[in-house]
Amino acid sequence: MATAKALPLTQTSIGQKALVALTGVILYGFAFVHAVGNLQVFLGEEHYNAYAEMLQSMPKVVWATRVILLGSLVTHIALVLRILGRAREARPGRYRVDAPIANEQGILQRYARQTMILSGLIVFAYLAFHLVHLTIGVAPGLFFHRGLAYQNLVYGMREPWVAGVYLFANLLLGLHLFHGATALFQTLGLKHPQWDGRTKIAALGVVTLIVGANVIIPIACLTRIAGGELPNDPSTILIPDEASEGAED
Amino acid sequence: MSETIDLKLHVWRQNGPKDQGRFEDYSQYAKGISTHASFLECLDVVNERLVLAGKDPIVFDHDCREGICGMCGVVVNGEPHGPQKATTTCQLHMRKFQNGQELYVEPWRATAFPVIKDLSVDRGAFDRIIEAGGFITARAGSAPDANDIPVPKPIADDAMDAAACIGCGACVAACPNASASLFMSAKVGHLGVLPQGQAERDSRVLGMVAQHEKEGFGGCSNHYLCEAACPKEISVKWIARMNRDLLKASLSYSPPSGRGGGDG
Repeated sequence: MATAKALPLTQTSIGQKALVALTGVILYGFAFVHAVGNLQVFLGEEHYNAYAEMLQSMPKVVWATRVILLGSLVTHIALVLRILGRAREARPGRYRVDAPIANEQGILQRYARQTMILSGLIVFAYLAFHLVHLTIGVAPGLFFHRGLAYQNLVYGMREPWVAGVYLFANLLLGLHLFHGATALFQTLGLKHPQWDGRTKIAALGVVTLIVGANVIIPIACLTRIAGGELPNDPSTILIPDEASEGAED
Repeated sequence: MSETIDLKLHVWRQNGPKDQGRFEDYSQYAKGISTHASFLECLDVVNERLVLAGKDPIVFDHDCREGICGMCGVVVNGEPHGPQKATTTCQLHMRKFQNGQELYVEPWRATAFPVIKDLSVDRGAFDRIIEAGGFITARAGSAPDANDIPVPKPIADDAMDAAACIGCGACVAACPNASASLFMSAKVGHLGVLPQGQAERDSRVLGMVAQHEKEGFGGCSNHYLCEAACPKEISVKWIARMNRDLLKASLSYSPPSGRGGGDG
């Protein structure tokens, strides 16, 4: 019997990559819904805060989503680290000269795939900052009051460095998502040269939408196109009495 | 074009898998190389001069020198089989290089391919992956009739594209993860698309992938440098197909027990 004993799916690099792709799809879906939802900032304070309140009024949905997202994120990162560790062991050293074949794929594709780990790390750091800033609300020096999602967002983005962080991180997120979107079809075995053109266009479309929305919002707040009606000094705005006791953990 | 070129030639020398290995400068032995020579013939010339100088010749793998056996293969300036696309090292000619060009010649670099000596690596891992794929059930004995099993022409062509893999290992050498996915997917695929390969399709992909992991190759992270380096231009679409086959087989396959055979 020549056949080697089959490994459980999760023990194979193909199975692990498939899980990375599937968790990536979940995170993708969230990024898409999140970005589209946030475009409502252009509809004004009342609409945006009502949207935030509507989400908060469904704690079970919110927490279920959070658990799924956290699980996906942890799985995504942990498996990538495992695959990366294996790759490091498999390839003992680099070649003396960098191969020019690497440049044949076009600059966007090449840069996106080569910086997957780096863009992933930076996006992860940005995600932590974003949560501290607008979800948990404990970023020092930045305006935050529970229930005032619109004001939190607008005043945050009026700080040029905050807007800068969002812009930079979202461009990297775009690269990460672009490579991820094309790679996941390959990893899940759904890719075929016949569909390559169409999946690439679809990937570019979805990524442009997500990144476009995430980039327009800080720019619009910074330039007062969105939220321009709010006073310059956040301390002068009316804080509702029932504002909660503060941050949760 | 001048008929001969001088090269600034640096060749990797290593006395075995445990040795550290280092580049040696053989520029003085790489002068006046005919542009009509193949890359391996260039190494032959350098070796003759090394022997005349009382030095150890460079060890490198080669056999057919027709681009079909898969034995040869060195990394030239970071590219497996050198700069010419769809070409094995033996079919690469020195006219592709400039006079005075600096060349770094290295072996395939992968933990699963230990260096035997200098530019020669042990690719036994590939044989073990093939073995782990098992056999196809076919009638032995006299040759079957040519059209016994009808195979549509496009499918036969597709199978031939995958079967063009000569197992040289350039895909592993090019891959930043030293993954053998392209090789393995070609071997899984060329049988997998044919009617003769259906009965063992699941066990083949499961066995090969398990062996691939055991040999210490890395996983695929979709860089596609393998496809760019492959002298036979095997497409990465075969990797997608292998992924699909493995996911399907892992979720559905249970090995036949063999009990009750022939009862019916």
